[in-house]
Amino acid sequence: MKEPDKLNIDQTHYTTRVSRRWAERKHYTPPEPGKIYSFIPGTVVEVLVSQGDTVSAGDDIVILDAMKMKNRLKSHISGKVISINVSPGDRVPKGVMLVEIA
Amino acid sequence: MALEKKIRELKEKREKMLLGGGEEAIEKQKAMGKNTARERIMSILDQGSFSEYDMFVEHDARDFGMDKKHLPSDGVVIGTGTVQGLPVAIFAQDFTVAGGSLGLMHSRKITKIMDHALKMRIPLIGINDSGGARIQEGVNSLAGYGEIFFRNTISSGVIPQISVILGPCAGGAVYSPALTDFVFVVENISKMFITGPEVIKTVLGEEISMEALGGARVHCEVSGNAHFFAMSEEECFSQIKKLVSFIPRNNDVKAKVHEPLPPDKKYDIEKIVPGDPTLPYDVKDVIRAVADNSDFFEIQEMYARNIVIGFGRLGGKTVGFVANQPMEMAGVLDVDSSDKAARFIRYCDAFNIPLVTLVDLPGYLPGVDQEHAGVIRHGAKVLYAYSEATVPKLTVILRKAYGGGYIAMSSRHLRADFVFAWPTAEIAVMGPEGAANIIFRKEITTATNPDEVRRQKVEEYKEKFANPYVAASRGYVDSVIEPSETRKLLLHALEVSEDKVVQMPRKKHGIPPF
Repeated sequence: MKEPDKLNIDQTHYTTRVSRRWAERKHYTPPEPGKIYSFIPGTVVEVLVSQGDTVSAGDDIVILDAMKMKNRLKSHISGKVISINVSPGDRVPKGVMLVEIA
Repeated sequence: MALEKKIRELKEKREKMLLGGGEEAIEKQKAMGKNTARERIMSILDQGSFSEYDMFVEHDARDFGMDKKHLPSDGVVIGTGTVQGLPVAIFAQDFTVAGGSLGLMHSRKITKIMDHALKMRIPLIGINDSGGARIQEGVNSLAGYGEIFFRNTISSGVIPQISVILGPCAGGAVYSPALTDFVFVVENISKMFITGPEVIKTVLGEEISMEALGGARVHCEVSGNAHFFAMSEEECFSQIKKLVSFIPRNNDVKAKVHEPLPPDKKYDIEKIVPGDPTLPYDVKDVIRAVADNSDFFEIQEMYARNIVIGFGRLGGKTVGFVANQPMEMAGVLDVDSSDKAARFIRYCDAFNIPLVTLVDLPGYLPGVDQEHAGVIRHGAKVLYAYSEATVPKLTVILRKAYGGGYIAMSSRHLRADFVFAWPTAEIAVMGPEGAANIIFRKEITTATNPDEVRRQKVEEYKEKFANPYVAASRGYVDSVIEPSETRKLLLHALEVSEDKVVQMPRKKHGIPPF
């Protein structure tokens, strides 16, 4: 038999079973606005910046073809492009960091 | 004789149609552990009660070689019959005919029986086993789906609608079951998804099997789209019959009253719930200790297990039980359990089924993931559903009823008709530990022995507030009762509220936090 789990609610520790979804939940990480992620799986059509370029918030950075749409991924911040992790033609799953701006 | 000849001709025509897609296709169907459409209907309906319509319907598609294709009954069987004596309308897609694909006439047969069900105010049972849209029929096929969805929606809350997924049900087609009241699935047979593994692989590069993507288990455990899980079609059919025994034929009448039977003596209601509020137990045992014959028909057993929902009977009459489950996640309300409970409460309210709520919860689940997943909006569904429900609402507070959870779980304040509490009940704004730490923060932090002071203060709070008597002194609880009195009092409360009438303000419809 598995040890019964404990769940802390309002500083009381309840003996109970915890669900898999709860046990495996993603812990919160603060957002990093400089990092541009693929918000959807797709194919990189074009990277519109080069390493070292200066960009402004709202500039298009990557064109990602997904769901029959050429999606324009924009920069959330102004800064310098410090890394580019993809090239045109790359197929990327969801959640991959494509370009980093700082 | 001309007449004899014509009757023989009819018989021959029927024989042909009854073969569906032919012997070879039937063999394939059997090899997958599946019954044919008509066998399924016969298994669900009372023996000899099935009356089939539109057997000779044919499509008139002309494009892509369809003019040369003869599809018996256009791949779907429709009719009426009875289940345990209750009249029902039923349709079953026939996978042996063009993969059960849905074309215009196929959909017209389904909508015909749906219209019939609504007009006659009888339950509708739909058996889905289809590869999806009949692509050759183009937009006509989409029109067909749309007409079905519209009728599902219009019939919702008027007649019970039951969906049985016995094969693939993919793409837009899945929205018909999603709009109905109850979805039955069978291990290894049912497959439901909007986009299948093929598309996911080519478009997204993710590889997953059909079973792992949208199999029976996934929809019962993870997505919550299905309500009843069975290992075989036969088990599924007996579940359907059992469900039908609990529900009324439409929203104007009550469910059939059965012979009242006492609960099984092996469920000793005095011995199920531990006194220590942090210790778990199976709340289903409490339900079995009060329900007729200890018979509890659980719905969505595998999904959001921290809340338990299902049908039982009290004195022969159907009631809907909603109970926190301390054994799972301490019985908290969270996104999924709120959604599960709220929908069931609305079902019971729509179909004149009194609600019996058993309360033992520490509150809502804390956490970033819950907050970001919208626990505010989802949690509000429970409040909404209980508040708008006008069926008799009976509440028994077994143990903890803290904070927002207390309010949400069919409290007096949401117009519960009868609120009973056991002497073990703790009705308070929050648990003693949390409350003492807030109220006596200063005393605790400034003390030379904070742990000792904290323990004292927690004890003090427990003594004063962790009981049912504060709430009873305000009339929020009608009666503090011994556990052994529970069934007797619930039976009485049901009898008293048999003809309950509530006037609600006139409105077109509310705007629940979907």
